[in-house]
Amino acid sequence: MNQNPKIQLTNRSKVVSNKEMTFMERLYLPAILKGLYITMSHFFKKEVTIQYPEVKRPVSDIYRGLHVLKRDDEGRERCTACGLCALSCPAEAITMVAAERTDDELHLYREEKYASIYEINMLRCIFCGNCETACPKEAIFLTDRFVASETKRNAFVYGKDKLVEPKDAPIDISKRQTAEVKTFKLDKSKSHNK
Amino acid sequence: MFKVTIDNQSIEVEAGTTILQAARLIGGDIVPPAMCYHSELKDSGGKCRTCMVKVVQGSEKDPRPMPKLVASCRTEVMDGMVVQNITSPEVIDARKAVVEFLLINHPLDCPVCDQAGECDLQNLSYEHGTNASRYEEEKRTYDKIDIGDKIQFHPNRCILCYRCVYAADQLTDNRVHGILYRGEKSEISTFVHQAIENDFSGNMIDVCPVGALTDKTFRFKNRVWFLKPMEAHRNCTKCSGKSTIWFRGNEVYRVTGRKDTYGEVHDFICNECRFDKKQASDWTIEGPATIVPSSVLNQNHYKNVVIPSVINPIKETME
Repeated sequence: MNQNPKIQLTNRSKVVSNKEMTFMERLYLPAILKGLYITMSHFFKKEVTIQYPEVKRPVSDIYRGLHVLKRDDEGRERCTACGLCALSCPAEAITMVAAERTDDELHLYREEKYASIYEINMLRCIFCGNCETACPKEAIFLTDRFVASETKRNAFVYGKDKLVEPKDAPIDISKRQTAEVKTFKLDKSKSHNK
Repeated sequence: MFKVTIDNQSIEVEAGTTILQAARLIGGDIVPPAMCYHSELKDSGGKCRTCMVKVVQGSEKDPRPMPKLVASCRTEVMDGMVVQNITSPEVIDARKAVVEFLLINHPLDCPVCDQAGECDLQNLSYEHGTNASRYEEEKRTYDKIDIGDKIQFHPNRCILCYRCVYAADQLTDNRVHGILYRGEKSEISTFVHQAIENDFSGNMIDVCPVGALTDKTFRFKNRVWFLKPMEAHRNCTKCSGKSTIWFRGNEVYRVTGRKDTYGEVHDFICNECRFDKKQASDWTIEGPATIVPSSVLNQNHYKNVVIPSVINPIKETME
């Protein structure tokens, strides 16, 4: 109960009265019909929902969604577990454990060090794209894919099984590559492009 | 006492002081960077040429300038000497060229290298280098060498500063490694890849300004900027026991000597402290190690946070 009726938080509040209802009001029928009319009128209005995942909303070319860990042209993982993505991450969502590549794994990893565990907590991630900017190996990119809904919180910690792109189905990130980035990559004097 | 002026700042120093030491006494931006000079190692310096400065006035008596840039770590001051470091475009230019030369054969594998984040060469090239290389030829490459089971040597990253050679020479009784061959082909090596085994060999890791000599027990374990350095000591029969231990959580990832502002260790520690004492219970912890403000180790740590005065009255009431 509002002790002081003069103080109102909004101008839409109504003072409830215990006034006895009229005959028409006691019938309830006009009120029900009024409600049904409102419901029915929505059948003829434009739909506001879309049938995800069959239909998807259009997103911007540079949309920042679910991350991908890219492979190089020979199918080797580019990530070298340098930790710069985790360092730049404002939400501290990324963790990794590095390991040394053995001679049998030359076809799997590009550098002598690789990430044996690479995890992004999608509940922590704010999709700012700093990891992508920080990456010196062009390994991590944000894509136009969404993070799927889950029923358990633990399921949102995405490991390498979900982040590394499949060998047979490369994930297209060309839309996020602006003309500036492309010209930078072509410049062979920038040592890491060699 | 000699009066010397470096970048318009004067200081009186004793005869026999080098320009670099005098600059360090003044401190600040005017201190020339040094890769090969190490104040604890006799005869070090004069190799890398990053500390070059311009002497515009030789001394009070003979005010002629020195004809070329001089290595400040090797040149002793004279009375009335006037030196230019960052105020001379010639020096800045020369330093840029030196960095370019140092990086010619350097693999630039910082994302892989364990030294990244505390590397003198990385800092040097960040401050004085360019972001592109003009070198088009193949870089000189070698295979990495295990020196004993605790130290790994990456000849690719080596800049031939000779610090480790002097450290081995002056700290231990039996020097078993040195520089083989000459010029571009020179490389640090032991005689027929012999293991270096003595109590103080681990200090080679600390004196190495780049990632050429690295701790094998720490190899790829973690990035230095995720670790928390704490100063600690223990009663050691062989050394002073004063070290920096690097934590992540409650786990000790590695033990190093204490480095000062210029990345130099003054209390060398023994191998037992460095490689075998990796339990927090082995050490008496003194407190957080001081980190240079420009270091990446400060990233994501909130230092010198001032508590707003508004909170204090509340705090008092709460208590």
